Amino acid sequence: MADTGILESLLRLVDKVDGGIDSQVVASSLGVDHQVVVGAVKSVQALGEVIEAEQRSSKHWELTGEGQEIAEQGSHEARVFKAIPEEGLSQSQLMVESIEDVVRKKLQQVQMGHSSQLEEKEKNELKKRKLLTEVTVKSYWITKGSNFSTIITKQETELTPEMIASGSWKEKKFKPYNFDAMGVAPDSGHLHPLMKVRTQFRQIFLEMGFTEMPTNNFIESSFWNFDSLFQPQQHPARDQHDTFFLSDPAVAHDFPQDYLERVKKVHSEGGYGSQGYKYDWKIEEAQKNILRTHTTAVSARMLYKLAQQEEFTPVKYFSIDRVFRNETLDATHLAEFHQIEGVVADYGLTLGDLMGVLHQFFTKLGITKLRFKPAYNPYTEPSMEVFSYHKGLNKWVEVGNSGVFRPEMLLPMGLPEGVSVIAWGLSLERPTMIKYGINNIRELVGHKVNLQMVYDSPVCRLDS
Amino acid sequence: MPTVSVKRDLLFQALGRTFTDEEFDELCFEFGLELDEITSEKDIISREQGDQKASEASDVVLYKIDVPANRYDLLCLEGLVRGLQVFKDKMEAPRYSRVNPLNGDPQRLIITGETASVRPHAVAAVLRNITFTPERYDSFIELQEKLHQNICRRRTLVAIGTHDLDTISGPFTYTAKAPDDIRFKPLNQNQEYSATQLMGFYKTDSHLRHYLHIIEDEPLYPVIYDSNGIVLSMPPIINGDHSKISVNTKNVFIECTATDLTKAKIVLDMIVTMFSEHCDQPFTQTDQVLKLTLYLCVRSLSLSLSLSLSLSLSLSLSLSLSLSETAESIAQLLTRMCLKSEVTSDGAEIQVEIPPTRSDVIHACDIMEDAAMAYGFNNITRTTPRTYTVANQFPLNKLTELLRLDLATAGFTEALTFALCSQEDIADKLQKNLKDTKAVHISNPKTAEFQVARTTLLPGLLKTLAANRKMPLPLKLFEISDVVLRDESTDVGARNSRRLCAVYYNKTPGFEVIHGLLDRVMQLLEVKPGRNHGYYIQAAEDSTYFPGRCAEIFSHGKSIGRLGVLHPDVINSFELTMPCSALDIDIEPFL
Repeated sequence: MADTGILESLLRLVDKVDGGIDSQVVASSLGVDHQVVVGAVKSVQALGEVIEAEQRSSKHWELTGEGQEIAEQGSHEARVFKAIPEEGLSQSQLMVESIEDVVRKKLQQVQMGHSSQLEEKEKNELKKRKLLTEVTVKSYWITKGSNFSTIITKQETELTPEMIASGSWKEKKFKPYNFDAMGVAPDSGHLHPLMKVRTQFRQIFLEMGFTEMPTNNFIESSFWNFDSLFQPQQHPARDQHDTFFLSDPAVAHDFPQDYLERVKKVHSEGGYGSQGYKYDWKIEEAQKNILRTHTTAVSARMLYKLAQQEEFTPVKYFSIDRVFRNETLDATHLAEFHQIEGVVADYGLTLGDLMGVLHQFFTKLGITKLRFKPAYNPYTEPSMEVFSYHKGLNKWVEVGNSGVFRPEMLLPMGLPEGVSVIAWGLSLERPTMIKYGINNIRELVGHKVNLQMVYDSPVCRLDS
Repeated sequence: MPTVSVKRDLLFQALGRTFTDEEFDELCFEFGLELDEITSEKDIISREQGDQKASEASDVVLYKIDVPANRYDLLCLEGLVRGLQVFKDKMEAPRYSRVNPLNGDPQRLIITGETASVRPHAVAAVLRNITFTPERYDSFIELQEKLHQNICRRRTLVAIGTHDLDTISGPFTYTAKAPDDIRFKPLNQNQEYSATQLMGFYKTDSHLRHYLHIIEDEPLYPVIYDSNGIVLSMPPIINGDHSKISVNTKNVFIECTATDLTKAKIVLDMIVTMFSEHCDQPFTQTDQVLKLTLYLCVRSLSLSLSLSLSLSLSLSLSLSLSLSETAESIAQLLTRMCLKSEVTSDGAEIQVEIPPTRSDVIHACDIMEDAAMAYGFNNITRTTPRTYTVANQFPLNKLTELLRLDLATAGFTEALTFALCSQEDIADKLQKNLKDTKAVHISNPKTAEFQVARTTLLPGLLKTLAANRKMPLPLKLFEISDVVLRDESTDVGARNSRRLCAVYYNKTPGFEVIHGLLDRVMQLLEVKPGRNHGYYIQAAEDSTYFPGRCAEIFSHGKSIGRLGVLHPDVINSFELTMPCSALDIDIEPFL
């Protein structure tokens, strides 16, 4: 804080004038350096609305060191001229008889504060010769504030328990807060953005009356992952290039034997109104353990379980969990990702019902414009890719896959004829990347995550 | 999903009209195709090899169209055009028939018993009086390649050979011989090689080397001869040079050798039905029948050129599809999908004829889908099922959700790490023996990152710390997720286990912080401190932790995990520099 004497002198000056005063004028009338006055203005400002100070800037021309020398002693040329003795030198002296030192005159004019008498061109010329320089001076136009007083009162920074107890706060003045500054970040933990989105999807399914499936089994047999879904044993998805197989434990045991026989038959010979795939179905292929490639393996187990009930009851199931693909990795593909899946089983469900349920589901995600494209999937028929209109990209983008499970999958399980099962799936990562504007999946999932991104991520409301 | 590349102008010419890109995209969408990319040879070469190489290439516009994986009849221009024209009512679906040659007997392919051990099946056909143009010829070669890559499973299930019939004479013999006993001049080579030599020769061939493994270790190799002992092909590797076809070939002998007879028949059917279009007797305006000269003499003589399925109309179709269409109009819809259909005289059924091009149709539900596609998926009324159910959460996930929230409230930040990792991550780096980890092992990982499923969440959290060393300290992380352990008692021999793991990383070890977190978790789980019915910790030796700084956690008398200060060598092996304490427990006992 500047010396109180200066502050009060300043305030007295402000008090005397009407309409305000320039800080440079204050400096010259108090006979102090301008910077001292600027400091005083800032100190008074910190005390509240005592004064108002509006920053102004003015430009003026000043002589440089060399310029000052010339103003005092004449230009270099003139000094050379003067330095020549009367008797003269051989040549040059004869060329001029007298000189007028224009440069010195101009500089002297500036020195006396009459720089405006010079033309811009002349000033710039001298500036180029480094004799003049243009100086910007920041000053304040000072006027009285709403709490103007010529007496300085010390301000308190914070309210204290003592002030509350004694009531002294009533007499005190408090230093104003700077509301433009950021607050102190709270010391807190944070949830991962992908898990926040997972929570929202869980919530949506629960709101729609879907029961969560137990998907805590990453290791699955090829039987439940593929064969039970009527996915033939030579299907490319069962290739080493697409699926992680296990070396230990390499094979699964304990299949429901009569169901396994029915699966074998529908693949190799057909049945239930189907021709089947007509190939040599091998138990060895079905036994191979893998990291599940989709959570539909769990749906198959659940539907089989449902079929073993004494009497069929309609069900709505969902799951959100990890699945694994032995794929080439890039900015949008990892070897593991989360699959979201919904399944409804009841008598007489139709393709229109599937579209209706999808419409309700996606409406909860804030997506209302849907259309469906015929697609192929080994275990659903019909199969539909779900597209939604993306306003930003101005085109239809795929948002999920869906279909009606094939009779070759459902009937061997023992589900009653007439029961249809509709299902759909999508990845959790893609909507999350869109939601949080993340382009590289590695910044979202896995140990290379940017924790600052986790700290800063907003709440997840999928429908807004 | 296979992608078919066709020249746009040829396609439009065949379709009899032009489309804007948007119009064609829309047509594809309705028909279940996807216009994936609009490009040109020039674009492709310039993208892959640079502008320099592309300067000579053609800039004819190419459409790359994604075709459903089971629609082999759409893998070439001929099939695509036929499918779309029938779909848009521009032509009637052709009916394919098998005819005998005008003079002479049908060709025969004799299959010997030796083939049984290596590649037991073969089917064959002849396309007579075909007229190739350069475009048709390219399409013919391209279709074979597409079939090889898809339904033929890179030639393992089926391999196709095509030959100029006028250079060879039947009957043909499909047999298997020792590699040294097979000698012939392979396609586009100047000299003869033995089969053994060929296998060596093709080791460096960028294309063929991928197929060698199919027969390489077999004692006998498959081979096809004509009646004069000329080698037609050594499937599934290479054809002979003698019988090679060209754009001038008039009569094409097609053989498909296979380990899967059903697929061999499908493949043969696809080639002949697609290209009989260019034969001398194409389907004419008068009889609308596509005549194809096709002779088969195979182990099984049945060729499923057409199969009829009937479906009960009123029940399954209308209910499954929400179509309130009359039988007649449904029959019309199906006919537009190349499935010629008629309502039976009693009106109760629709008789559907499945052409050999539609091998994907194996059940009435496939027919229903086609009816729905022809009707337009997006014209179907959306309805709400009346299914009444009560939702339940999976108890383990419910507990996880609740704990996650409270751990974040306790000041820890959630990490999300991979379930797969390297053996080193769960063993060496934690100073553990891999054998003691109960880990499940992956047999075909592409990189070391996917050798095992994690047996603990700790390595993932430590790697997350390492990737975020620039962040202000302390770092407090947690994860609640599954690890995988071998377990003989389950059908697959392994099970998931839900774990809670947390780490505290700072200039001081912060054992008291991580211990405090354990106390908080136990408080949340309503387990009080205590020996018998509560929880307690007890000093333990664990090579992952600093000696004397590790304790085992017991709840209701059972060990549930550990906590402690990590061993400096563990900290180093994860490229960390500060002290770190960790908590690692199983939460399933608290269900």
